[in-house]
Amino acid sequence: MKTQALKIDREALLAQTLRGEFPDARGRFGPFGGRYVPETLVPALDRLEQGIRDILPDPAFKAELDMQLRTWVGRPTPLTYAATLSQRWGAEVWLKREDLAHTGAHKINNAIGQGLLAKRLGAKRIVAETGAGQHGVATAAACARLGMPCTVYMGSIDMERQAPNVGRMKLLGAEVVPVTGGDKTLRAAIDEALRDWVSDPNGTFYILGSAVGPHPYPYMVREFQRVIGVEARVQMLAQAGALPDVVVACVGGGSNAIGLFHPFVPDTGVKLLGFEAGGIGPGLGQNAASLAYGTPGVLQGCYSLLLQDEHGQIQETQSVSAGLDYPGVGPEHALLASIGRLGFAASADDESLEALSECSRYEGILPAIETAHAFAGARKYAQKNPGCRILIGLSGRGDKDMPTLQRTLLKGQI
Amino acid sequence: MTTSIAQPRDSISTAIKAAAASGRPAVVGFMTAGFPDRAHFAQNLREIAAEADVVEIGVPFSDPMADGATIQRASFASLQGGFTLTWLLHELEAMQPRPQAPVLLMSYLNPLLAFGLERLPEVAKKAGVSGFIIPDLPYEESADMRAALDRVGIALVQMVTPVTPDTRLKMLCAASQGFVYAVTMTGTTGKSVAVPDEVLDYMDRVKSLSPVPVCAGFGIRTAEQVTRMQGHVDGVVVGSALVEVLERGEDPAQFLRSLKS
Ligand SMILES: Cc1ncc(COP(=O)(O)O)c(C=O)c1O
Repeated sequence: MKTQALKIDREALLAQTLRGEFPDARGRFGPFGGRYVPETLVPALDRLEQGIRDILPDPAFKAELDMQLRTWVGRPTPLTYAATLSQRWGAEVWLKREDLAHTGAHKINNAIGQGLLAKRLGAKRIVAETGAGQHGVATAAACARLGMPCTVYMGSIDMERQAPNVGRMKLLGAEVVPVTGGDKTLRAAIDEALRDWVSDPNGTFYILGSAVGPHPYPYMVREFQRVIGVEARVQMLAQAGALPDVVVACVGGGSNAIGLFHPFVPDTGVKLLGFEAGGIGPGLGQNAASLAYGTPGVLQGCYSLLLQDEHGQIQETQSVSAGLDYPGVGPEHALLASIGRLGFAASADDESLEALSECSRYEGILPAIETAHAFAGARKYAQKNPGCRILIGLSGRGDKDMPTLQRTLLKGQI
Repeated sequence: MTTSIAQPRDSISTAIKAAAASGRPAVVGFMTAGFPDRAHFAQNLREIAAEADVVEIGVPFSDPMADGATIQRASFASLQGGFTLTWLLHELEAMQPRPQAPVLLMSYLNPLLAFGLERLPEVAKKAGVSGFIIPDLPYEESADMRAALDRVGIALVQMVTPVTPDTRLKMLCAASQGFVYAVTMTGTTGKSVAVPDEVLDYMDRVKSLSPVPVCAGFGIRTAEQVTRMQGHVDGVVVGSALVEVLERGEDPAQFLRSLKS
């Protein structure tokens, strides 16, 4: 991480982090975060912030969200002991099963949360972006359930590599708009969703799918995803009899990771490790690892670590995984990483596909390619730390990845 | 703050007021730097500056989230052609004679951060830049930029929109320098807007609150629109339409004259 230019007091920021003081009143996580948007969106973000303050703590809202999570999403999701991986890796491996949440990934926790909030705030229409299609499917499903019209922007490259999810969104009643501008992947889809929202900031609600974007999105997404870590912490104590030594997740924008990590942040004995998309190499344009290779800057509403050139132009990214293929990362991850509370590394395309194969073959679970980046990283960590107790966030299932898997792991086999 | 020495930013309101005094709204002409190509930049700028009262030069960015199809296309083409902010500032500094009208840069924040707030104000001043419009920098995040530009007397123009509440409108008008950029509609640049009575009412409201001139922008394409705005604003910003004129290889001066008649 190249944050030399940032003059930060690591110890003071760590103390504030452990006391739970972020985001602050200006929507900052230390130096990161904030709200860098066109003036048209400022009143809408103010309303959203006020809505979060008033509605999230409201017992009636909490009861409704809890009911949806239990009876429609299928929470709590199980914690599974991975016996064979434990044996193969020489570690104790536990899996938090977000792949078993409705629609197949953690994204639904946030989509139903924001959907309920949008309804309370009187929104008439929902827009969303999607990369892997999991957030798009989750939002389409939430909108179908709540009776709201839904438009999803998706890069044309992603529509091809995540084709099964395009069909699912359509069946769920969403309009899917292909984005052919920019990089034709997740970043361009977010740009397009923002442009849509700017056109109708009063009637439209933007359900953003990761812990990125202008304040209060990174905070709100974290709050809706924290359920993963809250459950996992209790389950670890009950089933493993102890907290994990290390908690591992894949990091795209960072929503599954922050959801799993956040309840463990004050447990300073628990190591947190995020794995980003290493793509085909460490060079600019060869990966999507913003914590590992990024520099500070502003993209899509937020000051964070970005993959950019020296002129501040955002660079195209490369990853076999559509959901991690993004040149930025959430501001809270940027903070946690820069103060040393979060370790990070990049998992390359090929080692991630191998890890996907191993988990499928030996645990009977086909993880999403995004998720497989966490497995590749966890495996390497286990080999260096024999006997450690690892909790892996199994963020989603891999059914959506069949087009990519047929071109890669299954090439020549079917 | 006001001193006896004229600051770069003063030239902007002076030019807008001079046009208004001659009985028509000032025309602020927008061009994307490095589009259609870098070779003709100085010539295009000179021609536009000879007819427009103020020139706004768009700094291309990889993620122009407030822009519609035309300016997106122009920005991407310019970046493909090797545009950098350093090139633009050199080009402006080297221009002889200087453009006849005051020059503002419209840039998303990130290219400016990458250039460095420590050196941007001085380099921009040397290049003859009078002001900045930064569409993704709301007032609340602007303290550092404002302080940096204040150091050399360069304006930071605030934008207001039809959905800006009154108290905020007042605050933004008071903070704006050079002029207030009143966005005609909720949306991105480039769509043509009819000018319904509500838009005129909104412009009147902005004008009544603003200590600096008010220019309406987004979707202004025709002389009829400009005529309809007459009396309600001090100026109009013509963006995508002018970029399209340059894209088609037509004469920008003639187009700008048509808006002033
Ligand atoms: C299964 C799965 N995991 C992880 C991600 C990455 O997103 P985030 O970093 O926000 O969790 C995605 C995104 O589409 C996903 O579908």
